[in-house]
Amino acid sequence: MAYSKKVVDKFEETLNNPQAFKVGKFDPKEVNVGTGMVGAPACGDVMKLQIKCEQKGNTHIIKDVKFKTYGCGSAIASSSELVEMLIGMTLEEAKEIKNKEIVDALELPPIKIHCSVLAEDSIKQAIQDFESKQ
Amino acid sequence: MKTETQAPIYLDYASTTPVDPRVASKMMEYLTPEGEFGNPASRSHRYGWAADEAVEEARSHVANLVNCDPREIVWTSGATEADNLAIKGVARFYKSKGNHIITSKIEHKAVLDPCRQLEREGFEVTYLDPSEGGIITPEAIKEALQENTILVSVMHINNELGTLNDIEGIGSIVRKHGAFFHVDAAQSTGKAEIDLSNLPVDLMSFSAHKTYGPKGIGALFVRRKPRVRIEALIHGGGHERGMRSGTLPTHQIVGMGEAFRIAQQEMSSDLVKISNFHEKFLKEAMKIEHAYINGDVNNKVPNILNISFNFVEGESLIMGLKDIAVSSGSACTSASLEPSYVLRALGRKDELAHSSIRFSFGRFTEEADVERTIEILGNVVERLRELSPLWEMHLDGVDLDAVEWDTH
Repeated sequence: MAYSKKVVDKFEETLNNPQAFKVGKFDPKEVNVGTGMVGAPACGDVMKLQIKCEQKGNTHIIKDVKFKTYGCGSAIASSSELVEMLIGMTLEEAKEIKNKEIVDALELPPIKIHCSVLAEDSIKQAIQDFESKQ
Repeated sequence: MKTETQAPIYLDYASTTPVDPRVASKMMEYLTPEGEFGNPASRSHRYGWAADEAVEEARSHVANLVNCDPREIVWTSGATEADNLAIKGVARFYKSKGNHIITSKIEHKAVLDPCRQLEREGFEVTYLDPSEGGIITPEAIKEALQENTILVSVMHINNELGTLNDIEGIGSIVRKHGAFFHVDAAQSTGKAEIDLSNLPVDLMSFSAHKTYGPKGIGALFVRRKPRVRIEALIHGGGHERGMRSGTLPTHQIVGMGEAFRIAQQEMSSDLVKISNFHEKFLKEAMKIEHAYINGDVNNKVPNILNISFNFVEGESLIMGLKDIAVSSGSACTSASLEPSYVLRALGRKDELAHSSIRFSFGRFTEEADVERTIEILGNVVERLRELSPLWEMHLDGVDLDAVEWDTH
């Protein structure tokens, strides 16, 4: 397991201080909440990401985020990294996030790239869910 | 075991053990100009004679531990080579008698990969499923035997689960059938009694580094009566009665001999201590909700304990347990991204294989290590579940098997 210090630190910070790192849940039925869940237990990772949005002009911004992740250390670190990026973004900006940004921020090893792809999928799905409610 | 406060607690003895300091100091006597550095094959001077004497003494120590004739012990570079030599050696030597081999799905790769190779050479291999508890039964072997079966290879103790196979029962069936029986006993020495004078086993593989000896040395038991013949894999000088050429590494061999001599003396006291740890650890670990033991707990050795903590992924658990050195059946800790094939063979759901941790205790484990591990374990599992969407769904009463997952 050749993880960068960034992955290890992010994982440990999230584990040791879940509230500060936005671990938790919103009520998925709320109109201003979008939920995305990707992955499968049999594959070893499941990410659940929720965004809480607020109207701003003719767009929405992400006011708050909650997540939970089952998976390896880099899956948890990738979710946590993504969550930090999201707060304050407009939905248009969030849609533009690419997994590469997470790979770079955490210096993910090649075998763990799929964790960042999963994280990208989770925000795409959450936005889709939110937009379908509007 | 280590005194620095930062060193993690080592609970991965089934992977490898440290060399016992008594073994290391004995090995040091066979390396330097002041020591007995000679080539045991040199017949013309006392350097060679002294080295040869040391090799033969070590051979007796190994033979004594498993109660066989020293002439039945062939030195190899480890259990992997011993497994290769036994399986390919017998198959190739006796190929005119038949081309069918039986083994199991939970063998070590050192057995499975040579079998795959033999399939490429035209042999037919049956890979038996274990019971749910990780056992290969004599009945299963009996059913799989064919007229053209020449070899059966079944491990004594499974390295991931610690489960014990009835090699006496399997051996008598195999012998009655007229096939040869090979046993991978890499995990057995010093942990379970082996009496080859009474066991119907033709070939048995041993490793030094799982029993407080050095890495890079092992041995293959090759029975003399009834005689078993094998085709060598390595040629070049005809050492070890032609079965394994190459200059004998005196210091490694002396190390294995000393390690096995100590194992014979200390097996019963080691076992008492480790059984206590096992009982204590198991009792406490089972207080954690949704923790499941992998492998038949009533039919295993106490030094290995494999547990799945449902709703938590194994690699993240290992990262959370950074003060403890253990291994996992999780895909994420392997290069292949596949979860443990042993756990899958038991019919465990993939998610339980992903959630498994193997704890293995040994000679230098202390009571305080076990207590500290239990304390940390409960805490980390709880915190990771806090982070787990699966745990949340479970608490909400969602049946995870009924969910349509977005598999990738």
